[in-house]
Amino acid sequence: MINVTICGESKQIKENTAISELLIQENVDMPQYVSVSVNDEFVGRDNYTQHRLNDGDTVEFLYFMGGGR
Amino acid sequence: MSLSDEELERYSRHLILKEIGYRGQKRLSESKVLIIGAGGLGAPVGLYLAAAGVGTIGIADADNVDLSNLQRQIIHTTAAIGTPKVESAARSMKAVNPNINIKTYKIFVNAGNISDLIREYDFVVDGTDNFPAKFLINDACVMEKKAFSHAGIIRFKGQLMTVIPGESPCYRCVFTEPPPAGAVPTCREAGVIGAVAGVIGSLHALETIKYLTETGELLSGRLLTFDALTMQFRTVKLPDRGKGCAVCSDNPSITTLIDYDKPECEMCKRGQ
Repeated sequence: MINVTICGESKQIKENTAISELLIQENVDMPQYVSVSVNDEFVGRDNYTQHRLNDGDTVEFLYFMGGGR
Repeated sequence: MSLSDEELERYSRHLILKEIGYRGQKRLSESKVLIIGAGGLGAPVGLYLAAAGVGTIGIADADNVDLSNLQRQIIHTTAAIGTPKVESAARSMKAVNPNINIKTYKIFVNAGNISDLIREYDFVVDGTDNFPAKFLINDACVMEKKAFSHAGIIRFKGQLMTVIPGESPCYRCVFTEPPPAGAVPTCREAGVIGAVAGVIGSLHALETIKYLTETGELLSGRLLTFDALTMQFRTVKLPDRGKGCAVCSDNPSITTLIDYDKPECEMCKRGQ
């Protein structure tokens, strides 16, 4: 297991977890439309299956919010 | 021009703040702010900026006031149903503060009209309700080097960020491109609590006032998210500007504005 910080919360996840797997584990709605940053760098949406997390990573999910009127 | 006795009294709670004071109030009175969208977000922004004495407020929206708007769009009244939103909003803002100038634009912004519109303003507020408009406002403001504040709301949640073109990451840095039409629900489909529009719209107005008076730290390079169910605010640090961004990097691939909501054939014609 490795320790990561996901949206401000410390969590333990399996080693070599890909972002695409993490999005499913975290029950993220419509994961294909969520922007993800790891250690203050964006990960391109095309790379969610390849990009694997390391111990100590800080992950943020940024969601589309389109309302306003 | 100096502030009148009436204005000194009206803005006395601003004038007493060392961060605003007479200089800041003068700055506000000489400033021009464009609000795009006279709805859930535009309503509190318009009222607070009018009350704060922003000298010129432009407001753009092509819609008329509808009964279903009134649950959250507090700038409009029941009596205004069926009338243009920009006129209804202007009336409410004038009623709060007759000293300010209000310019109304009964239009929806598009790739053809937005650049001329934003050029004459100091700051732009995105109060729109759809991704094509949000990306259009972002791209136009980046190209015109116009500072603006983005916000979005849905259900019990909201988000906000301020973009200083050339300095801080833009909306496209974070979200890349609009989701396909219908993929991400709108407030019409998913609902929204009116007071969430009030919270986020008030923060929108605060960012505007801070920018105009050069007070405090802007939400640039950061995205604020608010969840009314847990009452948690989070501020997420964003990566640096322009790394691979299609519009705000030093070698942008997008150099003309895009109307994402045009039919596909129109998009093909533009070579998108």
